[in-house]
Amino acid sequence: MLHVNHFLALSAILFTIGVFGVFLNRRNVIIILMSIELILLSVNINFVAFSHFLHDLTGQIFTFFVITVAAAEAAIGLAILVTFFRNRSTIDVEQIDELKG
Amino acid sequence: MLVELIFYLFAAITVGAASMVVISKNQVHSVLFLVLTFFSTACLFVLIQAEFLAAILVMVYMGAVAVLFLFVVMMIDLDFAELRKNTYEHLPLGIAVGGVMLVEMVAIGVTYHAPEHLAVATPTPEGVHNTLALGRVLYSKYLLPFEMASLILLVALIGAVVLTLRSRKDRKRQDIGKQLARTRDEAVEVKKVKSWEGA
Repeated sequence: MLHVNHFLALSAILFTIGVFGVFLNRRNVIIILMSIELILLSVNINFVAFSHFLHDLTGQIFTFFVITVAAAEAAIGLAILVTFFRNRSTIDVEQIDELKG
Repeated sequence: MLVELIFYLFAAITVGAASMVVISKNQVHSVLFLVLTFFSTACLFVLIQAEFLAAILVMVYMGAVAVLFLFVVMMIDLDFAELRKNTYEHLPLGIAVGGVMLVEMVAIGVTYHAPEHLAVATPTPEGVHNTLALGRVLYSKYLLPFEMASLILLVALIGAVVLTLRSRKDRKRQDIGKQLARTRDEAVEVKKVKSWEGA
Protein backbone atom coordinates (compact mmCIF):
# COMPACT_ATOMS: atom_id res chain seq x y z
CA MET A 1 0.00 0.00 0.00
CA LEU A 2 1.05 3.54 -0.61
CA HIS A 3 2.07 5.43 2.46
CA VAL A 4 2.43 9.15 3.08
CA ASN A 5 6.17 8.63 3.48
CA HIS A 6 6.47 7.70 -0.19
CA PHE A 7 5.22 11.12 -1.15
CA LEU A 8 7.22 12.92 1.52
CA ALA A 9 10.41 11.33 0.22
CA LEU A 10 9.60 12.27 -3.37
CA SER A 11 8.79 15.79 -2.30
CA ALA A 12 12.04 16.11 -0.33
CA ILE A 13 14.04 14.94 -3.35
CA LEU A 14 12.25 17.38 -5.67
CA PHE A 15 12.81 20.23 -3.22
CA THR A 16 16.51 19.41 -3.04
CA ILE A 17 16.78 19.32 -6.82
CA GLY A 18 15.14 22.74 -6.95
CA VAL A 19 17.53 24.25 -4.40
CA PHE A 20 20.45 22.61 -6.16
CA GLY A 21 19.31 24.08 -9.47
CA VAL A 22 19.27 27.60 -8.05
CA PHE A 23 22.92 27.21 -7.05
CA LEU A 24 24.02 25.36 -10.18
CA ASN A 25 22.59 27.94 -12.59
CA ARG A 26 23.57 31.03 -10.71
CA ARG A 27 23.87 33.07 -13.90
CA ASN A 28 20.68 32.15 -15.74
CA VAL A 29 17.47 33.66 -14.40
CA ILE A 30 15.16 31.47 -16.50
CA ILE A 31 16.53 28.25 -15.00
CA ILE A 32 16.33 29.81 -11.53
CA LEU A 33 12.64 30.57 -12.11
CA MET A 34 12.09 26.98 -13.26
CA SER A 35 13.85 25.72 -10.13
CA ILE A 36 11.48 27.81 -8.03
CA GLU A 37 8.58 26.18 -9.86
CA LEU A 38 10.06 22.77 -8.95
CA ILE A 39 10.27 23.81 -5.28
CA LEU A 40 6.64 24.95 -5.29
CA LEU A 41 5.65 21.68 -6.96
CA SER A 42 7.31 19.70 -4.19
CA VAL A 43 5.35 21.71 -1.63
CA ASN A 44 2.17 20.93 -3.55
CA ILE A 45 2.95 17.21 -3.50
CA ASN A 46 3.26 17.40 0.29
CA PHE A 47 -0.06 19.19 0.65
CA VAL A 48 -1.93 16.77 -1.60
CA ALA A 49 -0.37 13.71 0.05
CA PHE A 50 -1.32 14.86 3.53
CA SER A 51 -4.75 15.83 2.28
CA HIS A 52 -5.31 12.32 0.96
CA PHE A 53 -3.87 10.36 3.86
CA LEU A 54 -5.49 12.48 6.62
CA HIS A 55 -8.86 12.64 4.80
CA ASP A 56 -8.89 16.42 4.95
CA LEU A 57 -9.67 18.55 1.89
CA THR A 58 -7.88 21.65 3.21
CA GLY A 59 -4.56 20.55 1.76
CA GLN A 60 -5.98 20.42 -1.74
CA ILE A 61 -7.60 23.85 -1.31
CA PHE A 62 -4.24 25.22 -0.23
CA THR A 63 -2.53 23.64 -3.23
CA PHE A 64 -5.02 25.47 -5.39
CA PHE A 65 -3.86 28.80 -3.96
CA VAL A 66 -0.19 27.84 -4.21
CA ILE A 67 -0.71 27.12 -7.92
CA THR A 68 -2.39 30.53 -8.34
CA VAL A 69 0.48 32.35 -6.68
CA ALA A 70 3.05 30.32 -8.64
CA ALA A 71 1.41 31.25 -11.93
CA ALA A 72 1.32 34.94 -10.97
CA GLU A 73 4.94 34.78 -9.85
CA ALA A 74 6.06 33.18 -13.10
CA ALA A 75 4.25 35.83 -15.14
CA ILE A 76 5.73 38.74 -13.19
CA GLY A 77 9.18 37.17 -13.06
CA LEU A 78 9.29 36.61 -16.80
CA ALA A 79 7.98 40.14 -17.45
CA ILE A 80 10.79 41.58 -15.34
CA LEU A 81 13.21 39.33 -17.20
CA VAL A 82 12.01 40.52 -20.62
CA THR A 83 12.26 44.16 -19.53
CA PHE A 84 15.73 43.60 -18.15
CA PHE A 85 16.87 41.84 -21.30
CA ARG A 86 15.52 44.71 -23.42
CA ASN A 87 17.56 47.22 -21.44
CA ARG A 88 20.79 45.31 -20.90
CA SER A 89 20.84 42.54 -23.57
CA THR A 90 21.77 39.93 -20.97
CA ILE A 91 20.06 37.84 -18.30
CA ASP A 92 23.19 37.16 -16.31
CA VAL A 93 22.31 37.42 -12.64
CA GLU A 94 25.79 38.59 -11.76
CA GLN A 95 25.35 41.66 -13.94
CA ILE A 96 22.13 42.70 -12.24
CA ASP A 97 23.83 45.10 -9.86
CA GLU A 98 22.49 48.54 -10.78
CA LEU A 99 21.20 49.09 -7.27
CA LYS A 100 24.59 48.45 -5.75
CA GLY A 101 25.59 51.49 -3.70
CA MET B 1 1.50 -3.88 -5.02
CA LEU B 2 0.66 -2.67 -8.50
CA VAL B 3 -0.12 0.80 -7.13
CA GLU B 4 3.29 0.92 -5.51
CA LEU B 5 5.01 -0.10 -8.73
CA ILE B 6 3.15 2.62 -10.61
CA PHE B 7 4.09 5.11 -7.92
CA TYR B 8 7.76 4.22 -8.23
CA LEU B 9 7.59 4.50 -12.01
CA PHE B 10 6.04 7.98 -11.95
CA ALA B 11 8.26 9.11 -9.09
CA ALA B 12 11.35 8.02 -11.01
CA ILE B 13 10.17 9.90 -14.10
CA THR B 14 9.46 12.98 -11.99
CA VAL B 15 12.86 12.98 -10.32
CA GLY B 16 14.71 12.25 -13.56
CA ALA B 17 12.90 14.98 -15.47
CA ALA B 18 13.42 17.47 -12.63
CA SER B 19 17.16 16.70 -12.65
CA MET B 20 17.25 17.24 -16.40
CA VAL B 21 15.52 20.62 -15.96
CA VAL B 22 18.40 21.68 -13.77
CA ILE B 23 21.37 20.20 -15.61
CA SER B 24 20.26 20.40 -19.24
CA LYS B 25 22.56 22.37 -21.55
CA ASN B 26 19.74 23.61 -23.72
CA GLN B 27 17.08 25.84 -22.26
CA VAL B 28 14.31 24.64 -24.54
CA HIS B 29 15.02 21.11 -23.34
CA SER B 30 14.82 22.40 -19.77
CA VAL B 31 11.32 23.74 -20.37
CA LEU B 32 10.21 20.51 -22.03
CA PHE B 33 11.54 18.48 -19.13
CA LEU B 34 9.66 20.83 -16.79
CA VAL B 35 6.50 19.89 -18.68
CA LEU B 36 7.33 16.20 -18.21
CA THR B 37 7.88 16.77 -14.49
CA PHE B 38 4.49 18.42 -14.13
CA PHE B 39 2.78 15.72 -16.15
CA SER B 40 4.16 12.84 -14.13
CA THR B 41 3.29 14.72 -10.94
CA ALA B 42 -0.26 15.07 -12.24
CA CYS B 43 -0.28 11.28 -12.72
CA LEU B 44 0.82 10.90 -9.10
CA PHE B 45 -2.04 13.16 -8.02
CA VAL B 46 -4.48 10.94 -9.86
CA LEU B 47 -2.98 8.01 -7.98
CA ILE B 48 -4.08 9.54 -4.65
CA GLN B 49 -7.52 10.62 -5.85
CA ALA B 50 -6.78 14.29 -6.40
CA GLU B 51 -8.18 14.35 -9.93
CA PHE B 52 -9.14 17.99 -9.94
CA LEU B 53 -5.67 19.18 -8.98
CA ALA B 54 -4.17 16.85 -11.58
CA ALA B 55 -6.32 18.53 -14.23
CA ILE B 56 -5.41 21.97 -12.89
CA LEU B 57 -1.74 21.04 -12.99
CA VAL B 58 -2.00 19.96 -16.61
CA MET B 59 -3.98 23.05 -17.63
CA VAL B 60 -2.22 25.76 -15.64
CA TYR B 61 1.34 24.51 -15.60
CA MET B 62 1.64 22.67 -18.88
CA GLY B 63 -0.82 24.85 -20.74
CA ALA B 64 0.06 28.28 -19.44
CA VAL B 65 3.23 28.49 -17.39
CA ALA B 66 5.35 26.19 -19.55
CA VAL B 67 4.21 27.94 -22.73
CA LEU B 68 5.08 31.27 -21.11
CA PHE B 69 8.55 29.96 -20.32
CA LEU B 70 8.92 28.66 -23.87
CA PHE B 71 7.88 32.01 -25.30
CA VAL B 72 10.43 33.87 -23.21
CA VAL B 73 13.21 31.36 -23.92
CA MET B 74 12.63 31.64 -27.65
CA MET B 75 12.08 35.41 -27.59
CA ILE B 76 15.32 36.12 -25.82
CA ASP B 77 18.13 35.67 -28.28
CA LEU B 78 21.08 34.76 -26.13
CA ASP B 79 24.28 32.83 -26.25
CA PHE B 80 23.44 30.25 -23.62
CA ALA B 81 26.86 28.67 -23.80
CA GLU B 82 28.20 31.94 -22.45
CA LEU B 83 25.80 31.75 -19.52
CA ARG B 84 26.72 28.14 -18.83
CA LYS B 85 30.38 29.02 -18.45
CA ASN B 86 31.74 28.54 -14.92
CA THR B 87 28.63 26.53 -14.10
CA TYR B 88 30.49 24.21 -11.83
CA GLU B 89 31.93 27.08 -9.84
CA HIS B 90 29.01 26.87 -7.40
CA LEU B 91 28.64 23.10 -7.55
CA PRO B 92 30.13 22.34 -4.10
CA LEU B 93 28.00 25.05 -2.49
CA GLY B 94 24.87 23.71 -4.21
CA ILE B 95 25.60 20.14 -3.16
CA ALA B 96 26.36 21.29 0.38
CA VAL B 97 23.18 23.34 0.83
CA GLY B 98 20.93 20.86 -0.99
CA GLY B 99 22.46 17.90 0.85
CA VAL B 100 22.09 19.56 4.26
CA MET B 101 18.44 20.34 3.49
CA LEU B 102 17.78 16.77 2.35
CA VAL B 103 19.43 15.33 5.47
CA GLU B 104 17.41 17.69 7.67
CA MET B 105 14.16 16.77 5.97
CA VAL B 106 14.91 13.05 6.22
CA ALA B 107 15.82 13.45 9.89
CA ILE B 108 12.54 15.19 10.64
CA GLY B 109 10.56 12.70 8.59
CA VAL B 110 12.11 9.75 10.41
CA THR B 111 11.77 11.12 13.94
CA TYR B 112 8.48 13.01 13.84
CA HIS B 113 5.30 11.15 14.65
CA ALA B 114 2.01 12.93 14.21
CA PRO B 115 -0.41 12.73 17.13
CA GLU B 116 -3.02 10.01 16.78
CA HIS B 117 -6.10 12.20 16.75
CA LEU B 118 -5.55 15.24 14.59
CA ALA B 119 -8.36 17.74 14.29
CA VAL B 120 -9.75 17.60 10.76
CA ALA B 121 -10.65 21.00 9.35
CA THR B 122 -12.59 19.90 6.27
CA PRO B 123 -13.28 16.17 6.25
CA THR B 124 -13.34 14.56 2.83
CA PRO B 125 -16.99 13.63 2.18
CA GLU B 126 -17.75 10.02 1.40
CA GLY B 127 -19.23 8.93 -1.90
CA VAL B 128 -18.64 12.26 -3.65
CA HIS B 129 -16.07 12.66 -6.35
CA ASN B 130 -13.08 14.92 -5.84
CA THR B 131 -14.12 17.85 -8.03
CA LEU B 132 -17.57 18.11 -6.49
CA ALA B 133 -16.20 17.91 -2.96
CA LEU B 134 -13.57 20.58 -3.67
CA GLY B 135 -16.10 22.82 -5.36
CA ARG B 136 -18.50 22.64 -2.44
CA VAL B 137 -15.78 23.67 -0.01
CA LEU B 138 -14.19 26.24 -2.27
CA TYR B 139 -17.39 28.16 -2.93
CA SER B 140 -18.58 28.17 0.67
CA LYS B 141 -15.93 27.96 3.35
CA TYR B 142 -13.06 29.35 1.30
CA LEU B 143 -14.99 31.84 -0.80
CA LEU B 144 -13.07 34.91 0.36
CA PRO B 145 -9.61 33.39 -0.25
CA PHE B 146 -10.89 32.25 -3.63
CA GLU B 147 -11.85 35.82 -4.54
CA MET B 148 -8.48 37.00 -3.26
CA ALA B 149 -6.78 34.53 -5.59
CA SER B 150 -8.63 36.08 -8.51
CA LEU B 151 -7.42 39.52 -7.37
CA ILE B 152 -3.84 38.22 -7.25
CA LEU B 153 -4.18 36.97 -10.81
CA LEU B 154 -5.63 40.31 -11.92
CA VAL B 155 -2.77 42.23 -10.32
CA ALA B 156 -0.25 39.86 -11.92
CA LEU B 157 -1.92 40.34 -15.30
CA ILE B 158 -1.84 44.13 -15.06
CA GLY B 159 1.68 44.06 -13.64
CA ALA B 160 3.03 41.92 -16.47
CA VAL B 161 1.46 44.23 -19.07
CA VAL B 162 2.73 47.40 -17.37
CA LEU B 163 6.23 45.97 -17.00
CA THR B 164 6.64 44.94 -20.61
CA LEU B 165 4.73 47.80 -22.27
CA ARG B 166 6.93 50.36 -23.93
CA SER B 167 5.93 53.38 -25.95
CA ARG B 168 8.04 53.93 -29.03
CA LYS B 169 9.08 57.43 -29.90
CA ASP B 170 8.65 57.05 -33.65
CA ARG B 171 5.13 55.72 -33.77
CA LYS B 172 2.26 57.75 -35.26
CA ARG B 173 -0.85 57.98 -33.19
CA GLN B 174 -3.96 60.09 -33.10
CA ASP B 175 -3.76 63.11 -30.80
CA ILE B 176 -7.34 64.27 -30.34
CA GLY B 177 -6.44 67.41 -28.37
CA LYS B 178 -4.15 68.52 -31.15
CA GLN B 179 -6.82 67.84 -33.74
CA LEU B 180 -9.44 69.85 -31.88
CA ALA B 181 -7.09 72.76 -31.17
CA ARG B 182 -6.36 73.22 -34.87
CA THR B 183 -7.82 76.40 -36.40
CA ARG B 184 -8.87 77.08 -39.95
CA ASP B 185 -6.03 79.53 -40.45
CA GLU B 186 -3.24 77.05 -39.87
CA ALA B 187 -4.89 74.19 -41.72
CA VAL B 188 -6.25 75.75 -44.93
CA GLU B 189 -4.34 77.94 -47.32
CA VAL B 190 -5.78 79.60 -50.40
CA LYS B 191 -3.46 79.57 -53.36
CA LYS B 192 -3.88 81.73 -56.39
CA VAL B 193 -3.34 79.46 -59.35
CA LYS B 194 -3.21 80.93 -62.82
CA SER B 195 -5.56 79.53 -65.39
CA TRP B 196 -4.23 76.60 -67.40
CA GLU B 197 -1.04 76.39 -65.30
CA GLY B 198 -2.21 74.37 -62.33
CA ALA B 199 -1.18 70.77 -62.33
